[in-house]
Amino acid sequence: MAVWNKLKITVQTTETENYLYKNSFDVEGGNFNNAGSVSTNIKSILKNMGLPNNIIRKAAISCYESEINIVSYARQGVINLTVTPKTVEFDIIDEGPGIPDIELAMEQGYSTADRQIREMGFGAGMGLYNIKSSSDIFNLSSEVDKGTFLKIIINIP
Amino acid sequence: MNIETIAKELNLKVRSGSDRLKNNVTGGYTGDLLSDVMANSHEGDIWITRQVHQNIVAIATLKEHAGIILVNSCEPAPDTLEKANQEKIPIMVSSLPAFELTGRIYNLLSKKD
Ligand SMILES: Nc1ncnc2c1ncn2[C@@H]1O[C@H](COP(=O)(O)OP(=O)(O)OP(=O)(O)O)[C@@H](O)[C@H]1O
Ligand SMILES: [Mg+2]
Repeated sequence: MAVWNKLKITVQTTETENYLYKNSFDVEGGNFNNAGSVSTNIKSILKNMGLPNNIIRKAAISCYESEINIVSYARQGVINLTVTPKTVEFDIIDEGPGIPDIELAMEQGYSTADRQIREMGFGAGMGLYNIKSSSDIFNLSSEVDKGTFLKIIINIP
Repeated sequence: MNIETIAKELNLKVRSGSDRLKNNVTGGYTGDLLSDVMANSHEGDIWITRQVHQNIVAIATLKEHAGIILVNSCEPAPDTLEKANQEKIPIMVSSLPAFELTGRIYNLLSKKD
């Protein structure tokens, strides 16, 4: 909770007990030089835990697209990772402009990415859709001018 | 088939990760939209693209690609090279456009070795 208060955003989360691993990772908005480093770090953590390959694949896609969205659109954010024997869970919180129309943002091909972002190959409007396809629970909520909260759960069979 | 063989056959210029040219290539993916590549490419793929920004290294690392080939003689940015050497990702440059390069690699990989 402490880390999230730093972002001046309060979100309702359920405390997951009996977890195998839990950690928070800061993501800096606007810094494309480091973009993807948190996801790379998280992937190697999951690998070292010996999780099945397809779970790692889904977690990597979900985490990466979330990280890039923070870098692309928000000022700063936190990716909270919790691994339990049955799930990989992400609580992703950012401080930023928020998403005015979530349904629209979820549509494949919808993007507000500017030219600079598109020139690097982002802005296809596929990120959120890909996260949803890779996860078992996908819960996106946002408050305009405050920030965005994304809860992702990937079940481990 | 490994990267070294493909690089020789197609006259690719190796720009990084030269110690990883024995990486086995099991398939390929061609694309410039990073979220498409993230979702649809596979481990062991050779990734064919014209993107030169350092973000390609994070993607290739996360997806465990065998390597990256830049088309149309596009050269990797200096910080892309630095990251690629750190992460041990081979980046190569081809003078061919994506369509032609993809076709040639597809044929190489379809041949029984
Ligand atoms: N954390 C966020 N804060 C504010 N807006 C966001 C955030 N995440 C997504 N959005 C909005 O939702 C749109 C769609 O996001 P999505 O990740 O699906 O595609 P994209 O980022 O535009 O392109 P891609 O992810 O394919 O590179 C974005 O263009 C942006 O307008
Ligand atoms: Mg995105």
